[in-house]
Amino acid sequence: MSEILVGGVDVGSTQTKAVVMNSDLEILGRALIDTGVQLTAAAEESFALALKDAGRERSEVAFVIGTGYGRYRVEFGDAQVTEISCHARGAVFLFPKTTSVLDVGGQDTKAIRVGDQGQVLDFCMNDKCSAGTGRFLGAASQALEIPLGELGPLALTAKNPVRMTTTCTVFAESEILGWLALGRKTEDVLMGVHEAIASRSISLLRRTGIEPEITFTGGVSRNTAMVSMLEKMTETPINVSEESHYCGAIGAAIYALDHALAETSATASGGITP
Amino acid sequence: MTLTIGIDVGSSYTKAAVADEDGVVAARVSFPTGYNFTSAAQSALEQVLEAAGIGRDDVRYIAATGFGRYMVPFRDLAITELTCHAWAIHTKLPTVRTVLDVGGQTAKAIRLDETGRVKAFRLNDKCAAGSGAFLEKTVRYMGYEAIDIPHLTNDAGDPADVSSVCTVFAESEVINHLAGGRSAEDICAGAVVALAGRAGQLVKRVKPESEYALSGGLTRVPRMQRELEELLGCEIHVGDDELGVYAGALGAAMLAHRRLRKLEAAAATTSV
Repeated sequence: MSEILVGGVDVGSTQTKAVVMNSDLEILGRALIDTGVQLTAAAEESFALALKDAGRERSEVAFVIGTGYGRYRVEFGDAQVTEISCHARGAVFLFPKTTSVLDVGGQDTKAIRVGDQGQVLDFCMNDKCSAGTGRFLGAASQALEIPLGELGPLALTAKNPVRMTTTCTVFAESEILGWLALGRKTEDVLMGVHEAIASRSISLLRRTGIEPEITFTGGVSRNTAMVSMLEKMTETPINVSEESHYCGAIGAAIYALDHALAETSATASGGITP
Repeated sequence: MTLTIGIDVGSSYTKAAVADEDGVVAARVSFPTGYNFTSAAQSALEQVLEAAGIGRDDVRYIAATGFGRYMVPFRDLAITELTCHAWAIHTKLPTVRTVLDVGGQTAKAIRLDETGRVKAFRLNDKCAAGSGAFLEKTVRYMGYEAIDIPHLTNDAGDPADVSSVCTVFAESEVINHLAGGRSAEDICAGAVVALAGRAGQLVKRVKPESEYALSGGLTRVPRMQRELEELLGCEIHVGDDELGVYAGALGAAMLAHRRLRKLEAAAATTSV
């Protein structure tokens, strides 16, 4: 039997992630781009880049699953799975002892309680308010004119963090500039912003139960200050990996492998372990 | 003639007015607050004195109001903006019992009695979706400025469906509407309809009584008034001469006169 290749494409509100994996669950290629306004084009481009990264052709891929906010716009996809299921499955693949997943993306934050096979037992998400999502950091990045990637390291140098009083992402921008006008240091203001997001995330996580191990996924998991703030506030080590940003796409690819194996061989259908 | 000044340091705009004993305005100014409330207040004082052609010594009393009222170091008195809006609206529109004040970052519903006293109020200062910031962000997403809102929304015939849940999430809706071929006018009018809906809910929570008035910066958007009239099924007064925009500053200046009269009466009693 020739090698089976599968793909997962996660079209998020802010960024689109794609991975190509094989039946040994190795990640052969990955891509990350800004979603922009053309969701279909973002899906196409990210998957083409992931294939290029893997050095493979589109025709070699047996099954592709779309996930995320724009999953129905992955027009070349064979099926769609919600990002909640995909993050759960991906998180258990990355850290097999995961029981709680915190996914903080560009416009939403989700807390998911998962079973040992990566199945979703319970979840909770913000769907009415963008406070406590990556957009809050985006607002800080814009207000302070500091690239997103530099926010975490700078915040970690804070000695006397401010206490943010606004909840709303829109008002946070003016509050940040207000603190600076009062002469507070940039890093102290930034740490206050991180603390505000972390406390919103934790209140969401509490509703599904905070139990170790906690795996942190989504774009904001790359932010080191967020990780250390979450560890401090939950008093639990937080799992993060280089692949955390791709967690939804990885979960989608693993679901795609289920389908591909079921199609190629009836006997192999029960043979996948996450 | 005795003159007082009211300075309303709002979260978005700072307004100042010079008024005489009868509430006649000698001069007034309005400009964006920026991030330093104290310097905004200082600038408001200088500008309004210059506009009135008077000096600091010609002014007997200064009352500060608004979000930044405690950051006005030269104030004689600080008054909440609820009281100031209520007083100015009551003075100019005596039949009004319910005031809806929608500003840049807050919305307030106020119920008054026949003497202009505040009997009940509710406010939203936690979420931008209930305030002028919602409209400002919506038009910014489309490449317009806040100043364009009145003319964009005025004649739009078919407001687009915009949910009032979160200003940030509304951005995706705006993009979808634009991609679907809707005009900026229809989308902006849809945002006004959504904002009026939120404001209407706030009004209902103060057990409103007729008659009604709209105050605050949103009085500059005639569509907001019309949508509220339709929603609440009654006439919404806005007064003349941009009363809504300057109601905080004007109310503060008039309450400063009232305080002066009390102080003078007390001094007269003591001297007797």
